[in-house]
Amino acid sequence: MNQLSFPIISLVTFFPIFGVLILLMIDKESEDVLRGTAVAFTVIEFFISLPLIFYFNNVTHNMQFVELIPWVKSFGINYHMGIDGISLWLVILTTFLTPICVLSSWSYIQKYVKEYMVCLLLLETAMLGALVSLDLILFYVFWELMLIPMYLLIGVWGGPQKIYAAVKFFMYTAAGSVFMLLSIIFLYYYNYKVTGVYTFSILELYKLNIPISVQFWLCLAFFVSFAIKVPMFPLHTWLPDAHVQAPTAGSVILAGVLLKMGTYGFLRFAMPLFPYATHQFTPVMATLAVIGIIYGALVAMVQPDMKKLVAYSSVSHLGYVMLGLFALNMQGIEGGLYQMLNHGISTGALFLIVGMIYERRHTRMIKDFGGIAKVMPVFATFFMIATLSSVAVPGTNGFVGEIMILIGAFRSFPIFAVIAAFGAVLGALYMLWMYQRVMFCPLDKPENQELKDLNVREIVTLLPLAVLVFVMGFFPGLFLRKMDATVSHFLKDFNTRYEAYAQQQPQSLGDKIAAVLPASENKDKIIE
Amino acid sequence: MFDKVWLIPIFPIIGVLVNGLLGRRFEKINKSIIHWVACGAVALSFIVTCILFFQMLGLPADQRLYEFTWFKWINSGVLHSYVAYQIDPLSMMMCLFVTGVGFLIHVYSIGYMSTEEGREYRFFAYMNLFMFAMINLVLANNYLLLFLGWEGVGLCSYLLIGFWFSEEANAIAGKKAFITNRIGDFGFILGLLLLYTSLGKHGIWTLQFSEVFTHVHLLSPQVATAICLLLFVGCTAKSAQIPLYVWLPDAMAGPTPVSALIHAATMVTSGVYMVARSNILYSMSPFAMGVVATFGALTALFAASIGLVQNDIKKVLAYSTVSQLGYMFLGLGVGAYAAGMFHVLTHAFFKALLFLGSGAVIHSMHQGLHKVHSHVDAQDMRNMGGLKSKTPITYVTFLIGTLAIAGIPGFSGFFSKDEILWKAYSSPHGHFLLWLIGAIAAGMTAFYMFRLVFMTFFNECRVPDGADEHLHECPKTMTVPLMVLAFFAAVAGYLGVPHALGGSNRIHHFLDPVMGIGPGKLLHKAGGTIAHGAHAAAEAVHGAGMHHAAEHGSMFAEYLLMAISVTIALLGIFLAYTMYIKKRDMPEKLANSYPFLYRLLLNKWYVDELYELTVIKPIHGFSVLLWKGVDVAIIDGIVNGVARIVGWFSGVVRYIQSGYVQSYAVSVVLGTVVLVIYYLIRAIS
Repeated sequence: MNQLSFPIISLVTFFPIFGVLILLMIDKESEDVLRGTAVAFTVIEFFISLPLIFYFNNVTHNMQFVELIPWVKSFGINYHMGIDGISLWLVILTTFLTPICVLSSWSYIQKYVKEYMVCLLLLETAMLGALVSLDLILFYVFWELMLIPMYLLIGVWGGPQKIYAAVKFFMYTAAGSVFMLLSIIFLYYYNYKVTGVYTFSILELYKLNIPISVQFWLCLAFFVSFAIKVPMFPLHTWLPDAHVQAPTAGSVILAGVLLKMGTYGFLRFAMPLFPYATHQFTPVMATLAVIGIIYGALVAMVQPDMKKLVAYSSVSHLGYVMLGLFALNMQGIEGGLYQMLNHGISTGALFLIVGMIYERRHTRMIKDFGGIAKVMPVFATFFMIATLSSVAVPGTNGFVGEIMILIGAFRSFPIFAVIAAFGAVLGALYMLWMYQRVMFCPLDKPENQELKDLNVREIVTLLPLAVLVFVMGFFPGLFLRKMDATVSHFLKDFNTRYEAYAQQQPQSLGDKIAAVLPASENKDKIIE
Repeated sequence: MFDKVWLIPIFPIIGVLVNGLLGRRFEKINKSIIHWVACGAVALSFIVTCILFFQMLGLPADQRLYEFTWFKWINSGVLHSYVAYQIDPLSMMMCLFVTGVGFLIHVYSIGYMSTEEGREYRFFAYMNLFMFAMINLVLANNYLLLFLGWEGVGLCSYLLIGFWFSEEANAIAGKKAFITNRIGDFGFILGLLLLYTSLGKHGIWTLQFSEVFTHVHLLSPQVATAICLLLFVGCTAKSAQIPLYVWLPDAMAGPTPVSALIHAATMVTSGVYMVARSNILYSMSPFAMGVVATFGALTALFAASIGLVQNDIKKVLAYSTVSQLGYMFLGLGVGAYAAGMFHVLTHAFFKALLFLGSGAVIHSMHQGLHKVHSHVDAQDMRNMGGLKSKTPITYVTFLIGTLAIAGIPGFSGFFSKDEILWKAYSSPHGHFLLWLIGAIAAGMTAFYMFRLVFMTFFNECRVPDGADEHLHECPKTMTVPLMVLAFFAAVAGYLGVPHALGGSNRIHHFLDPVMGIGPGKLLHKAGGTIAHGAHAAAEAVHGAGMHHAAEHGSMFAEYLLMAISVTIALLGIFLAYTMYIKKRDMPEKLANSYPFLYRLLLNKWYVDELYELTVIKPIHGFSVLLWKGVDVAIIDGIVNGVARIVGWFSGVVRYIQSGYVQSYAVSVVLGTVVLVIYYLIRAIS
């Protein structure tokens, strides 16, 4: 059941809580000790999570490192955790980004340091828990738990409009979650009706045969909830506000991991639970994804605020991820998964970079800068690397994800792939235009002439990300091979169950939707 | 030894890492470490290339193909891609001059960039990075790795154009280059996707050249045409053809060695290389070839017309590059792939030479003007003149380059350009009009190049503020590369002396195995699987090239056309001589009598303004509309509206829970009364 015969996932998930306990014992005034402790715990946490990679079995599609303990027996709720090729790298991404976030907050956060660190560590546990839960209730608990520390991070340590942004973030996500909860409860009872067993285990619920008419509404509830989190057009407007108001580390976590919860949710829950409905929704989702790509890029282009620009670029990048996932073939899904990691790295780095310049100048307006590369050459280099990764220049990680998604999408819906490919032009446009206006041009503002280049702590924060950009750009196999078994099984399973549904009931709402929309081509059993 | 091919790209990337990470320290210790690292890396690559090249020459022509797989790159399901290199005549020829000319320009840069305090390491790191990308581009054995080089060179071009980023114009020029190339790459990548999935429908999932070309007959003609045209969109950006050439003239904002290396000799010819590499694909689509030829010819003419009136020495050369690239595409488009590649080779020598020569001129101008603290434009030819005696080596080498580009018999440009023109007329894909356009552009080329020479080196010295006293020849690191390049610019043509002139056209035979026909292994591998159509097309095209007896022009026609084009070129030179030496008030008179035409040419046909008005402005306006209109007004309006309605509703409902017992009592009483009345009415009715 568990190749390590050791509850490593629980350790990884709850180790930050242990850190919280230690932090609580430290005096509020000794801020550097608090910071140091938080760094130590998150770094140790990262090393604890590494065995997950080394002991991961590339060949099997089954859940690994599984832990299964009955929790609330009468309701069939279990403490059920495990990871597979879909969640492995997201877990690692989380443990990798958190220490970077803590480091980046070292001098940025000056008030309530203790509470801040506690929030970050709590958030880490919540995110990890959501990624490894195989029980819907357990997942839901972690899913909602993520909101609270994030809400506080924005609401307490945020910018001038932090309350508006925090409430908007909270309400948007909570509104979506309610539908999901309803859907979960329905699934639970329906499963009992059919099988006579009370269970929330998704591995069990995958096997459920849900009548197509019902499936749509359940699927829709999940879709809305996750689509808000991704965020997909037109449910994205909480994101720019949240990002702009959040402290740097909050933005990094938000972009790096929290958004991936949405895309991960599609892949783990919505799509495999409701294959038929998913299949019918594909044209809609692909359309929204493509709109997101172009729309996000265009709106990003005209932003005067660097952070808002990066936030809108997230909408565009996550559009690629969704397009890849809904291509429903090997390249698309693996590309989508890869792009999730890329986005965590490149956008994470960009938020860190914006944060560093903000700390120096207390402004993020593009027009306040110009010619910074002259006084901050090291900073300029890191900024350039992050930019290149973001615009997907070959040799960087971004290209690998983008080309896989484009190939996958082109096989399933060529027209959408063409539009998405055009998004790459716009991507280069807004990123390079920002870079030009901030880093190049004459250094004519006196405030900028004395800016200090990065210090050692800041270099240490950015260096791992910069190295990963190239490692992932040239050796994607290191990451992709661990996804192969899971993704190909996912597709096989998805297609078999879709076929079964398709024979049951040909005419339904989805078919009507599909009849109106452009047909998705090549859907016939291309799964590789 | 062939499996050591990975050494070629590895040296420059080591150079990038060493100079990039330690350069700032070297700069403090001893700047020449940087130079040794950068130039040494390219020199080593060049040496390895030479060794491999001569080894390949030792093999029989039909065995000159070796593929080396270095490591796996992007793999997922049916997608397999490798970092793998290919050694064959075409890739070796490209690699040879890329590393060779690259090395010379690196050496030249030592002198040219010596005044750059504290930034030299950055320059050389970028240059090495460029070499790495370019080597990958030409050695790749599949389209995806080619694309890595393709965008990689674009990136380096961006970085180097904007090298002096403190000037806003330079930064903008760099960005423009990158974005324009991205637009081209949009087409390129769609071409790749279409090629990949179309072959995939037949169960062949590959982007490897040898595999693709073996199975290319499976594609329907329409799909092949679409793929070729999409790939050509990429070429119009990378190799600066109509309509995406606009970035190249602006790219002259970069340091001159960059212009020579990237924007003249190597990078901009990668589109030509790509089409030549894909010749089997293009041969399947006569329509696509026609498009290539037409765009090439029009670009040759159009760019030459702009070059006639420019006053910036580098701008003239830039438009001349665009124009010459047009010739290469004209050659490719009429099926004369080898001729196109031959012109790539000769052009690399003479255009690199011309750019480096112009760089030497600018360098001495700068030095001179700097001494007298003058701020006049060091690149404006109206401020030059009479440099012949001040910088004799530069003058002589520059003149050789000019004779070559003008197509004067005996110099390299003559042989390659003439072959293209002849094929434009005689090949089955050719047309008299294509030849005519090419010939007229050749006359223009001769005119503007000699105009440049006369304005720069002849007449009296117009250098202002007494700076002419301080004009000197450049250091050895700059003049020696000039001399080497001048040698090749003079003699490289003898590699391809046509049969009509009693030569054996060696370069043609050398490249034949790669060009779809001939005894090469590529065709061997295809063994009869190449469909009849494609094969016949290739046969027709190459038949025309190989066996001159079979051409539907006669030997006499070839001599005649050759004589005409040489005459046109001489006329151009004579006109330039008249206008810029003899009757020097003529240009101004002409400009005054045809003000509209003059302004049109001087302002480059207002293409930039047109794009600005029709593309850039609308997109920007639309984006602002999306942001302020859709995002803020509509979506957030709804979101905040819902919140406000809920708030308002709660405000209303709040009164129900006031906490006052008396108001609760009132509601109870009122409620009871209402109920009683209700039941009473019911009872009555």
